Amino acid sequence: MRVPYNPRLPLDGLTRRGFLQASGVVGATALLAGVAGCSWQDVQKAASQNPLPAGTPVLVLVTMYGGNDWLNTVIPVNDPAYHDARPGMSYTPGEVLALDKVSGLNPGLKNMASLWSGQKLAIMRGVGYPNPDRSHFRSMDIWQTGSPSTPLTTGWLGRWLDQSKDPEALLGLNIGPVLPVLAVGAKRTFAALSVKEPAAEPLGPVMSALSTPDTSDTEAQRMVASSYAAVGRVRDDVVTHMSSVSLPDQIVDDGSLKSQLLTVAACIRLGAPTRCYTVSMGGFDTHAGEKATQQELLTSFDTAITEFRKAMDGTPRASDVVLVAYSEFGRRVKANASEGTDHGTAGDVLVVSDRVKAGFHGDQPSLTDLDQGDLKASQDFSSLYAELLTSVLGADPTPVVGSGITASQVLV
Amino acid sequence: MRRAAFGVTGTDVDRVGQDVEKWVDDALGAGPDPGVDGTPPPTFPSLPALAANPSLADIQARNKALNDQGNQLISWWLTRMVDAQRPVRERLTFAWHNHWATSMSKVRQPALMLRQNQLLRSQGFGSFTSLSEQMMADPALLIWLDAEKNTKAAPNENLARELMELFTLGVGGGYTEDDVKQAARALTGWRVAPDGTVTNDPKRTDPGPETVLGVTDRFTPTTLVATILSQPAHPRYLATRWWHQLASDDTIPDDALTRVVAAYGPGRDLTALVKAVLVDPEFAAAAGSIVASPVEWVVASMRTLRIPSTAANIAQCLGVLQRLGQVPFLPPNVSGWPSGASWSSTAAAATRAAAASKMASLADLTEVSNASAATRNDAVAHLLALDHFAPRTVTALALAKGNPTQLVATALISPDYLVV
Repeated sequence: MRVPYNPRLPLDGLTRRGFLQASGVVGATALLAGVAGCSWQDVQKAASQNPLPAGTPVLVLVTMYGGNDWLNTVIPVNDPAYHDARPGMSYTPGEVLALDKVSGLNPGLKNMASLWSGQKLAIMRGVGYPNPDRSHFRSMDIWQTGSPSTPLTTGWLGRWLDQSKDPEALLGLNIGPVLPVLAVGAKRTFAALSVKEPAAEPLGPVMSALSTPDTSDTEAQRMVASSYAAVGRVRDDVVTHMSSVSLPDQIVDDGSLKSQLLTVAACIRLGAPTRCYTVSMGGFDTHAGEKATQQELLTSFDTAITEFRKAMDGTPRASDVVLVAYSEFGRRVKANASEGTDHGTAGDVLVVSDRVKAGFHGDQPSLTDLDQGDLKASQDFSSLYAELLTSVLGADPTPVVGSGITASQVLV
Repeated sequence: MRRAAFGVTGTDVDRVGQDVEKWVDDALGAGPDPGVDGTPPPTFPSLPALAANPSLADIQARNKALNDQGNQLISWWLTRMVDAQRPVRERLTFAWHNHWATSMSKVRQPALMLRQNQLLRSQGFGSFTSLSEQMMADPALLIWLDAEKNTKAAPNENLARELMELFTLGVGGGYTEDDVKQAARALTGWRVAPDGTVTNDPKRTDPGPETVLGVTDRFTPTTLVATILSQPAHPRYLATRWWHQLASDDTIPDDALTRVVAAYGPGRDLTALVKAVLVDPEFAAAAGSIVASPVEWVVASMRTLRIPSTAANIAQCLGVLQRLGQVPFLPPNVSGWPSGASWSSTAAAATRAAAASKMASLADLTEVSNASAATRNDAVAHLLALDHFAPRTVTALALAKGNPTQLVATALISPDYLVV
C-alpha cells in the first residue's frame, strides 16, 4: 500500500513510511529493518562516551509536509500581480512584517522577522528542480532523495551517512520513531529517537527473548523481532549505566515541532555525537480557507524555532547550529475558489544560524512569467545540499548529489 | 486465511482443509450471518442546525453530540468486526475504507461516514465501475476532498488528483498535470446539503468541453470515471494495490499480476479480483511478509480468543488502537494507513505487550489449560492457527513456565503471530 498525502492533516509520523513506498522502493521493509530505535538513555550514554567537541557544526533539517504556500510566507506584498492572483487571501502591506521594499513576512513569523533584522536569517528564493512534479509524494520524494530524474531508494542524508567514516551510531538522529526516506541510506540509516517510550512492563524479559533473530525469519518477522531489541537494550542501559539527566519538562512528546526541536536542543546541549538532526511539521496542504490556517501553522513554526533558540542561548554550541526549513513545493500563484491554493512548484528555503549570510539569496521568480500557472524555479536544491554537506557536515558532496554542482553561498 | 479473515483458529483451518477455493467462495458469498444481524448499524438523529450567530455553548453542545456519535460509530464497527461470523466481508470493507481513505476528522458528520461505510460494504464486491461512480457522489468523500469548493470560477484539484493518483491509476499511471486540471473542471459544481444530499449547481459547473486523457467531451462524473478506468494502467494499479492490501508488502510477481488482472476483466469484477488474489499460488508463497496492522491484530486476537464484544472490552480495544495509531474512520490521510514496518516501532512494542496481557487475561483458555505441560505450546499454536513457533519464540514461551495466560500473551506479540 502506498501512503501519500492528506488533504488537511499532517503528512508526517506514521505516514512517512509511505514515502519509501511511494518512491517505488522494492523491499522497503528490508531497509527499515535495520533502523535503530533509540531512547533518551541511549543519547545520554553516547554523549558521555563520545561527546561532540564544541565548535563542530550541527545541521537541523526541518521538513514542512504538505507544500507550504511560500507566496503567503515570504510575501511579495508590493507586487500588484500578487494581489491580482489572490483575491480574498492576500495580505496588505500593513499586515506583513516588512523585509525590504517588495517583500514582507507572514504576520505569524514575528521571531523570524527579528532574526532577519539581527542578521541571523537567510531566505533562498525560488528553490526547486527541473520538471517539477505536483504530487506530494513524488515531489517530497525528489527533495528527500535529492534526485529529480531517477527514483532512488536512498535519501540524500542517508547517502551522507553511507560515505561517512565516523562509525558513531547516533551520527544522524531523527526525532520520532519513523524515518523519512531522507534519512535512509543503502548501508546505514539515521537512528530514530522516541523520548517517551512507555514502560516495557509487563513483558520486558519476554520481549528480550523475542528480539533474538531466527534463521527461519522472513524480513517482516525479523523486523518485528528487532523492534523488541531496542526495548531490551534500553532497560539494561537504565539499570546499569546511567546517572540519569532528565529531559526538560516542556518536552511533552506530542509530536509538535516545538517538542521535537526542544529534544534536539537537549541532545546538542548534552554533547550528543550527532552531526545532523531531522524533524518535521505537517499540515501545510491548504487547499481551502488557507489564510487563517496557514498563519496559525506558521505561528507554531515560529514559536518552535524561538523556543529552540532560547534553549540553545548562552551555550557554547549555540553558534554551531544551522537550521534549514523546506517543503516539497510552493503553491499555485492563483488562489482557487475555496480561498486556498492548489499544488505548485518552486518555493523558498529558510536558513537560520549565527553563521549565515543574512538576507535574500537568489531571485524571487516572476508572478507573471509562469509555467502552467506556476513559478519557475530560479535555483536548484542540489546547490544547497552541496553547501550543507561541505560546510556543515564536512563531507564531500559528490557521492551524495553528484559531480559538477556549484554549492550555494548561504553560510559564512 | 489468517491474512484474509481477521483471525482464525486452528479448528477453523482444520475444517477448511485443502479446499481453499471453496472457503473463499463461501466467505465472499452473501450467506446469513447472525453476528452481522446482531450488530445493526447505529442510527444517528440529525442534529438541529446551528442558529446564524450561535453561542459558544451551542457550538460546544453540537460538537459534543457529534463526538458521541463518532465514538458510537467506531465502536459499532469494531463490534461488528469482532462478532461477524463471515469476517472476510468486514475485512475487505476495511480494505476499501483504506483504499478510499476518508477521515471523520474533516467530514465531521458520523452519519455520512456510516453512509460511505455501507456503500463500501454493499458495492465493494460488485463492479469497480459502479463503485467509483457512486463514490463520486458520496457526500463524505466530496467533503473530504474539497469537491464542494471546486467551481467553474476557480477549480479545486484535490478530488480530481486523488481520483487518478490514488483511487484508479496510481503515480505514473499515464496521466499528466493537464489531465488533472481538466478532470477538476469536469467535477465542478457539486454541493452537499447539511443532510448529505448531493446536488449539482449549474451556475458553479464548468460547461466544458474538457480534454482528459486524450478524450474531449462535456464530461459528467460517470463519463469521466469511464474514461479513466479504460486506461491500461488502471487494472494493473488496482490489482497491485489490492495485492499490497491482502498479500504482501513486496512487489506483486508478474505472473500473479497477469492472473489477477485477467480475473478482474472487462467487467471490473471485484469479487473475482479479490478471489484471484486469495487463491493465487504466489499469495501462499508470500506468507509471512505482512506485519498485521493494529486493527487486524486486535480484532483477530479478540475473535481467535473468543473474547466477548462487551461495551467495556470494545472500549479497551479502541484505547489500544488509539495508542497504536489506527482508528477506523480516522485514517491519517487520503492514502490510508501505512503498512508493515511502521507498525513495529519500539514504542508500539510496549503498548502491544500490555494489550496482549489484557486480552489473554480475558480469554477462555481451556484448550490450553487442558493440554499437558509437554503439549501446551502446541495447544497455543493451534489456538492461534500457527503451524509451530520459531525457536526464539519457544525460548520466550518458556519464561511463562506453563501459565496459560502468559503463554498466550507471549504468543500474541511473537513475530510468528504478528506477521501474516
